[in-house]
Amino acid sequence: MTSNTPSGATSAQRPSGAADASEFAIELRKINKRFGPVHANRDIDLAIRRGSVHGIVGENGAGKSTLMSILYGFYTADSGEIRVNGTTHAITDSRHALALGIGMVHQHFMLVDNFTILENVILGAEDKALLGPSLERARKELVRLAKDYRLDVDPDAVIEDVSVGTQQRVEILKALYRGADVLILDEPTGVLTPAEADDLFRVLRELRDQGKTIILITHKLREIMAITDYVSVMRQGAIVETLKTSETNPEQLAELMVGRRVLLRVEKGPAHPGEVLLSVENLVVKDDLGVTRVKDVSFTVRAGEIVGIAGVAGNGQSELLESVSGMRDQSAGIVRLKGKPLSLEGDDGAHRARQAGLAHVPEDRQRMGLVTAFEEWENSILGYEDDKAYGKGILLDIDAARAQARERIKKFDIRPANERLKTANFSGGNQQKIVLAREMERNPDVLIVGQPTRGVDIGAIEFIHNQIIKMRDAGKAILLVSVELDEIRSLADRILVMFDGQIVGEADPATATERDLGLMMAGIGNKAAPQARVAAEGQRE
Amino acid sequence: MSTLRPLPRWADILLLPIINLALAFIVSGIVVFSIGQNPLAALEAIVGGAFGNGYNFGYTLYYSTNFIFTGLAVAVAAHAGLFNIGGNGQAYIAGLGVILVALPMQFMPWWLTFPVAILAGAAVGGFWAFIPGWLQAKRGSHVVITTIMFNFIAAAIMVYMVVNVLKPDGVMAPESAMIAPEGRMPKLGAFIPWFKNTDVNFTLLLALACLVGVYILIWHTRFGYAMRALGHNPTASNYAGMSNSRIIMIVMTLSGALAGMVAVNQVVGVQYRLVLDYVADAGFVGIAVALMGRNHPVGILFAALLFGALYQGGNELQYVIPGLSKEMVVVIQALVILFTGAMEGMFRPGLQRMFGLFAPAPKPDAPPAVAAKES
Repeated sequence: MTSNTPSGATSAQRPSGAADASEFAIELRKINKRFGPVHANRDIDLAIRRGSVHGIVGENGAGKSTLMSILYGFYTADSGEIRVNGTTHAITDSRHALALGIGMVHQHFMLVDNFTILENVILGAEDKALLGPSLERARKELVRLAKDYRLDVDPDAVIEDVSVGTQQRVEILKALYRGADVLILDEPTGVLTPAEADDLFRVLRELRDQGKTIILITHKLREIMAITDYVSVMRQGAIVETLKTSETNPEQLAELMVGRRVLLRVEKGPAHPGEVLLSVENLVVKDDLGVTRVKDVSFTVRAGEIVGIAGVAGNGQSELLESVSGMRDQSAGIVRLKGKPLSLEGDDGAHRARQAGLAHVPEDRQRMGLVTAFEEWENSILGYEDDKAYGKGILLDIDAARAQARERIKKFDIRPANERLKTANFSGGNQQKIVLAREMERNPDVLIVGQPTRGVDIGAIEFIHNQIIKMRDAGKAILLVSVELDEIRSLADRILVMFDGQIVGEADPATATERDLGLMMAGIGNKAAPQARVAAEGQRE
Repeated sequence: MSTLRPLPRWADILLLPIINLALAFIVSGIVVFSIGQNPLAALEAIVGGAFGNGYNFGYTLYYSTNFIFTGLAVAVAAHAGLFNIGGNGQAYIAGLGVILVALPMQFMPWWLTFPVAILAGAAVGGFWAFIPGWLQAKRGSHVVITTIMFNFIAAAIMVYMVVNVLKPDGVMAPESAMIAPEGRMPKLGAFIPWFKNTDVNFTLLLALACLVGVYILIWHTRFGYAMRALGHNPTASNYAGMSNSRIIMIVMTLSGALAGMVAVNQVVGVQYRLVLDYVADAGFVGIAVALMGRNHPVGILFAALLFGALYQGGNELQYVIPGLSKEMVVVIQALVILFTGAMEGMFRPGLQRMFGLFAPAPKPDAPPAVAAKES
């Protein structure tokens, strides 16, 4: 690779003479990158048309983020060529990438929480020692950008006070303020509500129409279909296909991603609900700050049915899960398992819940469900370490635990199949399988599942969904909480919608439309709340 | 840089500490040289003073005994995510328990007194750490703060107890009554002539037993599993239904009990009475020992030996080379603590890069999981 003019910004605007220079904003040729034994990117050829939205899809670990990190200057490619506007550049760091007009919006925002939006925008781009002039200039520029791209923000609002959607806008503004022509967005909708995601897409279209080039990294096929013009599919470090979005469909993309046919729809037979296994009565739960997050919630889950709780994240679902599973003390109410009240107080409440037959797949497996510093087999006994199967008395029978871990690895196809590997080294999908295997194999009566497929690749999603349905068909009661409405609709036999700590409605997944559910999730169908409560009450045995 | 891979285990445990230690000695050498002394002669004096003969080695082992206890105390707490800085105070106040059983039992055979003294030292040392543990578990007061405070409280109590309660009438020195000669525990020199006239005693065997015991506790018991889960991820241990508050209180008590064994070594093993400040900062050295030993009993054994050697060799140094004062010895010890303890990770990136150069050829069946980490 040869480096051209160091002042990349000027060279970026100068066409290099070739005709394709105006056609492609970014061209990658034969990019290779290895991390030790892992070939993260192999022979990548990719051309991004100027003024287009180009999606890059692939499962976790397919090499999407590595490729973008090379483009943004975080990593240097082992070999290959990067052309920006037809000119070859060796991008050495992110500052260099910015000078070439490449900006990145990270999955995890890089904002200072107690700074204002304006201060965040100029962070790292201050002109001189005195901030005043920079801030003034930035304020004018923000007004202009807001007008051009319909990206309205209040420059003086403090980051910690604004919504996640707004924070993402600030990230986009930061890139634009630095003169980005090519915007890379890494899994931008992971933290957004459906409405915020729609708003983001509107902004992206606006940017594209004004001539900006957008690269969208995602694993959600719906987003690819909704917003992109072109889509490249990555698998195991290579680009397997680049297609025009209008000429493809989700099924084809999924097949390309996984390398085999994937069922996007969940196949399940009708539910045969039996006796009530889990009943929650008038539950009230406060969060760590003492704010009431679950307000007088009642519902039941029967044997052989999946009850899904839909809702925008942060409406009390997490607290509900934590409370029912014994992790968080309840302020009022009763949780009954097979009719018997569970005593969940104290910080070992989860232990008693488990002993009573209630298993819990937590929302956040890395923070909660796993000790990522542990070896795989150690996590496969987490919460059950006192079981007789793992030794007598105070000693732990390590051999027995490892043997059992090996069995589960085989049964759940956990890869790599090595129970001595540190859990942090497993991919998201395999980590989730470790948790699922642990919670399901103990044959509980009630299974509580939070966000079962968050950050999990398509191949594993299919497997996880099938396992959950298998549990249902085995006559277990399953409570499912997910912010993915699609997941709730395809898995649940009954949907409860949660808003502001209350269950505001119940729906039948066979008949409810996305719009109905969306309105309830936004709290607009609030008038339905009393009836829903009555309905829930009526079902109590 | 994410391209750096973790070091092989042997390099992490062996090579890195050796490099750190070498650097500490090089910098010490420069300091020694700058005040006009010969660094090599100083090194020879330290090594000879620590290992040169049975007498010197016996004292090295005596110091190491204390450091094994305090190092284990820090390590046990560290595995549960707790930083017990109060080893000094726990070791100190445990002497109260030891002397209060040793004096009434002074006319009984020593092999009866010894185990009772162990229990008493463990009980009082453990209790002194239990209070900060309870405060952390139930009231959220951070153990780092409370254990530091408890060091001072322990020191004040001990001065009061020794001077006003334990000191026999008519004695000028601030110390308790002596244990009667017939009740004193013999030192190892009585059985192994090589250690003649040194302070190393049966408490060394207790220290070795504690090393084994802690190893089993941490890696082979259910409780050890639970405390490691808590140490790595308190949210996960709560999810698992472990009582975090209970674990914190038990671990702190265990940690304090281990620190309290220093009192057994000093009071029953060496001094035969309670004197002021007998801990001599062994509690703080224990932090460096645990750091250098990676909180692993085997590492702690070697780190305790090293610091024992430094203490004993350093003491000899001032006699062999009169130009090097006792303060100079403290400087060298501090440099070793600095390089092997506080800055122990300094060379890791460089070493990782070096190992990267000589990395084995990529395996074709590379686990896909490593790649998954990047996205």
